[in-house]
Amino acid sequence: MKSSVIIFPGSNCDRDMDVALKKFGFENQMVWHNDEEIPKSDLIVLPGGFSYGDYLRCGSIAGKSRIIKSVINFANSGGLVLGICNGFQILTETGLLPGILQQNKYLNFICKNVFVKIKNKENKFFKDIKKEVLELHIAHNEGNYFCSNDELKSIEDNGQIAVTYCDNKGNDNEENNPNGALKNIAGVFNKNKNILGMMPHPERMIDQYLSGEDGSLFFENLIGSL
Amino acid sequence: MIEVNEKIAIEHGLKKDEYKKICDLLKRTPNITELGVFSAMWNEHCSYKSSRKHLKKLHTKGKQVIQGPGENAGVVDIDDNDAIVFKIESHNHPSFIEPYQGAATGVGGIMRDVFTMGARPIANLNSIHFGSPDHEKTRNLLRGVVKGIGGYGNCIGVPTIAGQTCFDESYNGNILVNAMTLGLVNKNKIFYSKAAGVNKPVIYVGSKTGRDGIHGASMASAIFDDKIEEKKPTVQVGDPFTEKLLLEACLELMAGKSIISIQDMGAAGLTSSSIEMASKGDLGIEIDLTKVPCREENMTPYEIMLSESQERMLIVLEEGKENEAKKIFDKWNLDFAVIGKTTDSKNIELFFKKKKVAEIPIDFLAENAPMYDRKWIKSELPKESSFSKDQFKSLKLGECLKKILNDPNISDKEWIWNQYDHTVMGDTIQKPGGDAGVVRVHGTDKAVAAAVDSSATYCNAHPLTGGKQVVCESWRNMISVGAKPIAITNCLNFGNPEKEKNMGEFVECVEGISEASKYLNYPVVSGNVSFYNETKDKGIKPTPSIGGIGLLADYKKMITMELKNNGNYLFVIGKTDGHLDQSVFAINILSKFEGPPPEVNLFNEKQNGLVILNLIDNNLIETCHDVSLGGILTALSKMSIKGNKGVNIFPINGLVNKFQYFFGEDQGRYIIEIKQENLENVEKILKKASIHFDKLGLVEGNKISYGNDLKISIDDIKQGYKKWLMEYMVS
Repeated sequence: MKSSVIIFPGSNCDRDMDVALKKFGFENQMVWHNDEEIPKSDLIVLPGGFSYGDYLRCGSIAGKSRIIKSVINFANSGGLVLGICNGFQILTETGLLPGILQQNKYLNFICKNVFVKIKNKENKFFKDIKKEVLELHIAHNEGNYFCSNDELKSIEDNGQIAVTYCDNKGNDNEENNPNGALKNIAGVFNKNKNILGMMPHPERMIDQYLSGEDGSLFFENLIGSL
Repeated sequence: MIEVNEKIAIEHGLKKDEYKKICDLLKRTPNITELGVFSAMWNEHCSYKSSRKHLKKLHTKGKQVIQGPGENAGVVDIDDNDAIVFKIESHNHPSFIEPYQGAATGVGGIMRDVFTMGARPIANLNSIHFGSPDHEKTRNLLRGVVKGIGGYGNCIGVPTIAGQTCFDESYNGNILVNAMTLGLVNKNKIFYSKAAGVNKPVIYVGSKTGRDGIHGASMASAIFDDKIEEKKPTVQVGDPFTEKLLLEACLELMAGKSIISIQDMGAAGLTSSSIEMASKGDLGIEIDLTKVPCREENMTPYEIMLSESQERMLIVLEEGKENEAKKIFDKWNLDFAVIGKTTDSKNIELFFKKKKVAEIPIDFLAENAPMYDRKWIKSELPKESSFSKDQFKSLKLGECLKKILNDPNISDKEWIWNQYDHTVMGDTIQKPGGDAGVVRVHGTDKAVAAAVDSSATYCNAHPLTGGKQVVCESWRNMISVGAKPIAITNCLNFGNPEKEKNMGEFVECVEGISEASKYLNYPVVSGNVSFYNETKDKGIKPTPSIGGIGLLADYKKMITMELKNNGNYLFVIGKTDGHLDQSVFAINILSKFEGPPPEVNLFNEKQNGLVILNLIDNNLIETCHDVSLGGILTALSKMSIKGNKGVNIFPINGLVNKFQYFFGEDQGRYIIEIKQENLENVEKILKKASIHFDKLGLVEGNKISYGNDLKISIDDIKQGYKKWLMEYMVS
């Protein structure tokens, strides 16, 4: 299986994602933001970081970068696209995913382990994961998901909410909301479920000596479902 | 052009006799650009004029040392051709004036020092000191500094893995922000700042030069007064995004063979970087300032030379490699300009609009810079206090413990480190909050541990002992995670060196650091000195910060401090005499501030540490934590809270009062957790090595208990420990 990780100037989780993808069997290649074409891939990943410094709204310049047209075409033709953290922010900026990511509720950067509840398994990203609740890691300043009431109704009706913040038992209530995200939303799909954006970093949780191992479940499923 | 005279020289921070020396050396009056260059090179921050004499006494050698002090950072060998480049640096003065930018650019500056040498940064640390929590400025300064450190490090994508935060009223007018970075490099591909060869192109890369930070280094060499707000323009503004690009571009260029030498533009910007490169290579340098990329219009030669705009580098390239190098910087959208060349004149020659605007022999700026043998006074060791039983009569162990765990200097700092990305790069195997942060050496079985320590209370009571103690504390933090201590970097934060008392504190702390590091084979390989931490005649307590690093050959053997399993035994390694003077207990509970700090016995320190490493290496212990501030009961409580397990403490030796035993801060001690099955083996090893140890208790339940004297639930002690900072910051 072939994957491509896009490097924007300011990306800083590109290497971590490369390491994770390769560990679970992907043949991964790195693609420069200024290229026009993406080599043949089964999966495209937009990694975390601060693309173009994120001095404007997070992800907004990356959403207009040269490579992004190819990402949009790939996604619109049904290709699998994953955006983590800044990658999620970029995907909302391109309009591929609904909603926006605002500054965290308490205005601080947050780096810690969180639990997320898988809300929809009828897709390639979560299909065969046995657990209902995963322990993952967040590290962001703008992860406070928001969308209009109409959009919320539409993504709920279409099963587009992918993961929500919760406790270790799966209670996704306000108490377990780290950043103020609407309905505790930590990740969403597009309508067709071939695009996933989420704030937590599965690539940082891929062996027992790190903060946890649940990221491994995510990647194992991903390569298995392709 | 401004006419230079003695008054203007003094406004530049030079002393009368220093100005006279400049005129004598040049045999003429300098012009304003030249005066600017002299003032930038001769200030305390750049010239180390008060400290140089004493820094020579530091212990800087060892088999593991590849590069000691004198370069951008120190370098140590960690086997298999891998080396760690590391250094700590202060950004105290700017952070007090503008906490966010001051702290951010402190982090940016130290990272540049590390990647200038060809190393990819793999971990950041910091040591930050603030005034009393009650002081009106403390909360905002803390918030700004933490945001600044996070803002820069998080954006670059280097994990902040450990740190230290202290509060003391002596920092009310002068906070300390010390930032440390570790980088990984192939030991055969280290880059140095020494230029070599004549007529080699001198290249400017990175951000454009603006008017920010002019006289930053001079500001950092002066005491503060009422007009401090006016100094805001001397604080630089950071751009971590550009630094990330600069990092990637430099490492890409370094993979080839075109660089002769490279130096970041830190304090005193283009002035010190160009002079340092030429001076080390015994060369001259010629710069056409018209070619320097500028952000603002009509910048004068004086401004260009003294700007401390961030994210800039100076490179001496092999001839003919300019185009190859330019391509890389173009790719990363960074400025690239050939601004001059190396010469054999041994002068720095500056041109602007085709006219020569300055010419100074490099010797005058570097080797002939003033060096002072300042007067200093020796500190006497204070007399030890005697504690009578009556003093403890009304006290209860549990209440004292709760109060200590709620002390600003003891309580949990998670509010701070949750704002730092500590897991990016995917190799952090021990997060902040333990004895040391640990990151794996990417793709190997090795890991590097790092921690920063200071103990201003001890150093203030007796600088010589304090200097020794802080090195030992750093050594213990390495041991506690199972790392072999390798080397240290020091950031020496002191008051006004022109005062004999402050100078004495500096001299004796350095002596203490030197003695301990020599004995422990824990050499100093880099560092910096920050003097003039004084406001309106009130100086800070002497505060040397020690950044230590250690090596784990097998990261799977790393140890953490949280209690692991019920039924395991706890031992205290090292002897407990119950030294209370200068302890948190004496200060916080008894309101007693006199007396000597705990004595440092280097022999015991070394023996105890080595035996613990041996136990860890043989997989005989489950947990280790060093006993420091707040003594045994404080250390034990932290282990309990982290592991969510209780402890049943055995009756202690009747010769020491229980308050002294549980809260005394005797040195060289650790608490270790041992499985029943390993008990015999551990005792045998300890006895064979003649190590003093006490059987402290058993891991069990959810309370810490000591007979009828103490019964306290983990939840109860957790409250104060976890909440102090959080509540302080939101109130």
